[in-house]
Amino acid sequence: MNDTLAGWLQITVLIAALALTYRPLGDYMARILTAGKHLAVEKVLYRLGGVDAEADQQWGAYLRSVLAFSAVCVLFLYGFQRLQNHLLLSLGFAPVKADQAFNTAASFVTNTNWQSYSGEVTMGHLVQMAGLAVQNFVSAAVGIAVVAALIRGFTRRRTDRVGNFWVDLTRVVVRLLLPMAFVFAIVLVATGAVQNFHGIHEIGTLVGDKQALTGGPVASQEAIKELGTNGGGFYNANSAHPFENPDGTSNLLEIYLLLAISFSLPRTFGRMVGDHRQGYAVLAVMGLIWAASVALITVNELHSVSSTAGHSAGGMLEGKEQRFGIWASALFAASTTLTSTGAVNSFHDSFSPGGGGMTIFNMMLGEIAPGGTGSGLYGILVLAVIAVFVAGLMVGRTPEYLGKKLGAREMKFASLYILATPAIVLIGTGTAMSLKGERASMLNSGPHGFSEVLYAFTSAANNNGSAFAGIGVNTHWYNTALGLAMLFGRFLPIIFVLALAGSLARQQPVPVTAGTLPTHRPQFVGLLTGVIVIVVGLTYFPALALGPLAEGLH
Amino acid sequence: MAHSLRPAVRRHLSALRMLLVLTVITGVLYPLAVTGVAQAAFPHQANGSVVTRDGKAVGSSLLGQSFDLPKKNPDDAGEAARPDPRFFQPRPSAGAYDPLASGASNLGPNDPGLVKAIAQRRAAVAAFDGVRPQDVPADALTASGSGLDPDVSTAYAYEQVNRVAEARGLPVADVRALVADHVHGRDLGFLGEPRVNVLDLNRALDGLSG
Repeated sequence: MNDTLAGWLQITVLIAALALTYRPLGDYMARILTAGKHLAVEKVLYRLGGVDAEADQQWGAYLRSVLAFSAVCVLFLYGFQRLQNHLLLSLGFAPVKADQAFNTAASFVTNTNWQSYSGEVTMGHLVQMAGLAVQNFVSAAVGIAVVAALIRGFTRRRTDRVGNFWVDLTRVVVRLLLPMAFVFAIVLVATGAVQNFHGIHEIGTLVGDKQALTGGPVASQEAIKELGTNGGGFYNANSAHPFENPDGTSNLLEIYLLLAISFSLPRTFGRMVGDHRQGYAVLAVMGLIWAASVALITVNELHSVSSTAGHSAGGMLEGKEQRFGIWASALFAASTTLTSTGAVNSFHDSFSPGGGGMTIFNMMLGEIAPGGTGSGLYGILVLAVIAVFVAGLMVGRTPEYLGKKLGAREMKFASLYILATPAIVLIGTGTAMSLKGERASMLNSGPHGFSEVLYAFTSAANNNGSAFAGIGVNTHWYNTALGLAMLFGRFLPIIFVLALAGSLARQQPVPVTAGTLPTHRPQFVGLLTGVIVIVVGLTYFPALALGPLAEGLH
Repeated sequence: MAHSLRPAVRRHLSALRMLLVLTVITGVLYPLAVTGVAQAAFPHQANGSVVTRDGKAVGSSLLGQSFDLPKKNPDDAGEAARPDPRFFQPRPSAGAYDPLASGASNLGPNDPGLVKAIAQRRAAVAAFDGVRPQDVPADALTASGSGLDPDVSTAYAYEQVNRVAEARGLPVADVRALVADHVHGRDLGFLGEPRVNVLDLNRALDGLSG
């Protein structure tokens, strides 16, 4: 079988797998988020946790619960890393330095999983599995909880209640993430991923040298890292490392896992609002953008577009693994940067200007196609609100979406949402570039060096976590600045989304009339896609022109 | 003030308790359960796919390793590694095949240093293997993503056959047949790329010589 046929076949199989799980997984998540009964084990958890599972929270209370939980998680994870030398299974590693521990805590709690550390020489087994991997579960669940509250805003009427955060969080972890992660972790082990508590020990090599064998509970972390769109690698090389991603099968499985929940959530949305066509419209926009991105990155990499190194080597294989090759690396790169995952099976810094530029553009889209677990859907729903508003302006009508009027208050929250992340990215990048010491962190020179800094802030603020990894970011300044970018990039949008949810829930739905914009037709799919590309394009064009565009035109 | 603080304190205490409870489930019970099943069902993989020769571990079939000649001066950290002509050679590695330094070069697509390194590698590999520079495949000229890539392309494996056969005094046809035996096709027939595992191939070579 030739490369092209095999490449197309793996994309086809991936799409088929996602299509097959769209309905069952989406319906299952809707049931989790709407079921009246608690499982026995969940009741025990609520009792141990001391939370009232029967309370229906106002949006403000829901938000305060999200923020309280996240704040506690940051402090806990920070302390965990700072004290790791006193704990079991530390492998003899020293405590993580204060600035790096803050950065890492912010990173994992915000579902970003930016890593300024190298896993195999920094984190003991206990911190990895009971600190970092726990956040892989709960940060993913927080995203799904928040989007559940937003959907309730659309479906409920004349109430100030949007659900119970503790119930949403617990159910998503217990009923969705844990069982799926368990099954797929075992499958990953079968393909070769390691799962032990052996730490690091030396073994001989064939020519009589020594080589370190780096063990650990890897597969269990790998499964939830992809499934929860987290992306933080057990090892520095992330999913390029053969112990995390041993072969072509594990690779496609990991790509499937990082897309599965986010691509199925539109079904959950359609089911909860009682109109599956609404879900399909959102899915169509996500799918269109994803497919275009996969195509563009693959073509740029296959043809070494504008890359001197690629042409002189005869192929864009710098930073790529032989067992994956170009097709499977490009597919992973597009999927990971469009989902806020940020795991990598190849190193984007060495991608062609067009391919690497696309990975940045993907993140700039705001992680919505399909985006992070939950965060992708709430992101695209906010953009749908903007799109409906734009359409309303064109015909001079008060816009409405799913029966809810989009007045000044709703548009204020939606606008703040789409302004927050770009502001963090551009202010952060601008500040870094104006400081001499921070410019020195760039590994590459010229436009590519600028792209490294732009990538870093785009990745942090959009909670992606991948990197143009040449940049040296383990400095006080970058650890602090990127840590803050991740926190603001996660929680400012959540505040606006929950405020929007509260404001929508209060309304009495308006009846559909001949003048209502249908939001389930191809026309709306086109409108929403256009609004997304134009909003992002206008916001970031100058920054992109200085980096990847300048490099591609050199 | 104290009155308005109380709910906030209670909320954070609840949050902490929930985190601890969830940590026990997802951070302790879950990885232990996965480890238990993995060790029972797939002990070879779970423990790193270690391969042995005469009962002694000689590496992991998933981790690339160096096949260099012994150093002239073992204490000289700066001494350049010299590839052993009797072994098939792996791809360049940004971390010298040290699993404690996994990762890529991260050099950009137009980085002058990378372009220069590729040219140097092309000349060096061509001279070492006795082939024309244009016949050296791309994977032999580029560092992998992990720095631990256990595989080379089939093209690079075949390109090394003459040199290995000559260094070992073996018939070229035998070595070529051995490579053909060790070509690992795409997984499930269509996933990833065809490849040759360098450690497996080199272990088999020793059998051929003996």
